[in-house]
Amino acid sequence: MEREVVLEARNITKTFPGVVANQDVSLKLYRGEVLALLGENGAGKTTLMNILYGLYHQDSGEMLVRGQPVRISSPSESIRRGIGMVHQHFMLVPVFTVAENIILGAETLKGFSLDMATARARIHELSSQYHLDVDPDTYVKDLSVGQQQRVEIVKALYRKADILILDEPTAVLTPQEGQGLFAIIRALTAQGTAVIFISHKLKEVLEIADRIMVLRRGKVVGETVPQGATERSLAEMMVGRSVLLDVAKQPANPGGVVLDLRDLVVNDDRDQQVVNGVSLEVRAGEIVGIAGVQGNGQSELVEALTGLRRVQSGTVAIAGADYTNASPRPITEAGTAHVPEDRQEDGLVLAYSIADNLVLNTYYLPPFAQGITMNEAAIRDNALKLIKEYDVRTPSPFVPVGNLSGGNKQKVVIARELSRPIKLLIAAQPTRGLDVGSIEFIHKTIVEQRDAGAAVLLVSAELDEIMSLSDRIAVMYHGQIVAIVPTGQATREDLGLLMAGAQLETVTS
Amino acid sequence: MTRGRFLFIIATIIGLIAVAVLLRTKDVPPEIVAASVLATTLRFATPITLGAIAGLYCERSGVVNIAIEGMMLAAAFGAWSAAAVTQSLAIGLLAGILTGMLMGLLHAWLSVTFRVDQIVSGTVINILAIGLTGFLDSQVLSKAHLNSAGLLPQLPIPVLSELPVLGPIFRQQPIAWVSVIVVVISHYVLFYTRWGLRTRAVGENPRAADTVGISVRKMRYANVLIGAGIAGLGGAYFTLEAVPSFEILITNGRGFIALAAMIFGGWTPFGAWAAALLFGAANALQINAQQFGIPIPSQFVGMFPYLLTIIILAGVIGRAVPPAADGVPYETE
Repeated sequence: MEREVVLEARNITKTFPGVVANQDVSLKLYRGEVLALLGENGAGKTTLMNILYGLYHQDSGEMLVRGQPVRISSPSESIRRGIGMVHQHFMLVPVFTVAENIILGAETLKGFSLDMATARARIHELSSQYHLDVDPDTYVKDLSVGQQQRVEIVKALYRKADILILDEPTAVLTPQEGQGLFAIIRALTAQGTAVIFISHKLKEVLEIADRIMVLRRGKVVGETVPQGATERSLAEMMVGRSVLLDVAKQPANPGGVVLDLRDLVVNDDRDQQVVNGVSLEVRAGEIVGIAGVQGNGQSELVEALTGLRRVQSGTVAIAGADYTNASPRPITEAGTAHVPEDRQEDGLVLAYSIADNLVLNTYYLPPFAQGITMNEAAIRDNALKLIKEYDVRTPSPFVPVGNLSGGNKQKVVIARELSRPIKLLIAAQPTRGLDVGSIEFIHKTIVEQRDAGAAVLLVSAELDEIMSLSDRIAVMYHGQIVAIVPTGQATREDLGLLMAGAQLETVTS
Repeated sequence: MTRGRFLFIIATIIGLIAVAVLLRTKDVPPEIVAASVLATTLRFATPITLGAIAGLYCERSGVVNIAIEGMMLAAAFGAWSAAAVTQSLAIGLLAGILTGMLMGLLHAWLSVTFRVDQIVSGTVINILAIGLTGFLDSQVLSKAHLNSAGLLPQLPIPVLSELPVLGPIFRQQPIAWVSVIVVVISHYVLFYTRWGLRTRAVGENPRAADTVGISVRKMRYANVLIGAGIAGLGGAYFTLEAVPSFEILITNGRGFIALAAMIFGGWTPFGAWAAALLFGAANALQINAQQFGIPIPSQFVGMFPYLLTIIILAGVIGRAVPPAADGVPYETE
């Protein structure tokens, strides 16, 4: 039986100054299927989707919706054609209710007033039809990330979308929430909706997709079905060479305690207690991974350890000395390297050159400081050396660091932090948003630091990363460490349940 | 706007009236003093209310407006001179609104189209208004020897204005009445209509609005113009309702007080109105001090609204949360 093609792109090419984002890309999307679009960051997935959604316009090539050639020049145009998009960063207004968010731009009126009753009824209807379980009257700011995503899906369905584009939808979800999303996707496709699923996670693409299209450097490099593919074959297609998916490392050889936390209590910006009595030891030569859904106190914990946030009570000791509420400089001088969660905001001064960013932690020391002036030659030489060593792709050390790609920015942070002997490495989300090649490099570097005798505290929302790098895994939930398990003694599912608040006994029994 | 704040405002207004009643040295019955202070409060609150609502439309759509003062000053000038030239108060009123909108157009053009820092754009308008009205007043108006078209007449509300004691409260001029209507309509528009939903969305998360096909640029332009028109009406109060002449700097900082009222009112129309009434009450006390022989130095009473502004904006009675994208120029990708 010939299935209906709902969306077709023919030879789409889009260039930005200096970059070919999409070159001759063609795709067909059939009714009721899940087409996965796989590719590294910068492979052109998002550009292609923005063209389909009318945020950009292609330089050449054609788009057809249900066989009709169309020129989609704005999001409202694509909405009218039945295309809905769930963006990676949700497009929701936190202070609006769920219903207000859903009707925005597609309001029904009663006289001059908004017809909220009809909207509520339709939302309930859609919600039960696809088991989405959204309550129209809650405020979006009170919802979990998973619930917000469901609101985004209802928002698209409310506009009668039958082509749904999901951009990196699982990036912010727990494994269980991810499974919930997959169930929703299956319910949608069973009723005829076509889904484009954008991801760089191989495992889930194999699980949910009917067909997989791989993009690399703006071009389609292959199309396959999950039955004929493995994680390894997909990764190789994506990167264009063979890659190491698992991190090669020897068993840990832990030494003395380097980081010692006792009953740590930390508040967030709104003065709510978000770290509730965390005690944890990290030894020299081991990697302790903190697993947890974002927003369970990990960020505040890391900030407290690195002197960026006040500790309310409890103690922080590094290599035997007390550093509770010390300022960042003594903590750095004690041999702590910090790869912050938000590299743009906390890791780099974007307007400064690469060379200057590379001495942010040592600029006040010789050879970089000479009395009250800076030694430019030493700073340049340091930059040239580190750029080479860490393979930062840049034309010059004097380029503003803001001009670099995400992976290269992170390499600059890591180069700076590891450019002196360290005892403790605190790495928060070190590979967030990076491509496979950069991730491989950063993972290798972290393991090297461990093998050289550093204690490593790794915080990551990516469970796979935690599982492949850590020697021990601490699961954080609601500001507490709810379990510490040696890697290998807990399955993905166990960890997922712990991250969602289950008790260790119930998980292992 | 929180309940606590409403209660604080109402308590302070009652307190101010009580001060007037208790401290009066002239032999006037207490209810007469109270009614007189209330009537004056309503009158003095008029430009502050309108200014605050003007700011509200702008800021709810994401454009910070510190130019309310400049818009009102320019409108006060425009309204008076148009009325004087045509000898028509109605045309004066219209001219006031249009002058305000013209200043608004400049604000929108700078801050939405060119994405100029909105504080800078607002400052430009404030300075421009002072310079322009001062120049035109001394170089054109004073040489033209125009006669004032007079003041807008009182519009007493039938029956209510005939009440004993309370009567004066219901004998107000047109712009004062309109300011109350504007508050009620603005509340409805912002929270119950499509326009309001879209305006607030654009001020909270413009990208979200953009992705569902709402033009951020158009919404911001329109709301700045609506706000500026309301500020223009507020400006017309000074020269068509308060005094029948234009003087340099006639708005005397009332636009900035309006800004404070908007913030204190938590970016809501009724909150802003309540805060405007509070400032109006402090002003009214100052005026009534002489009439009823209230032995508080008028300098102190005059200082009170400003002192109150500092206390309020310092967040002593809780901090209000502005629209999330307030003051952030929107750039499409």
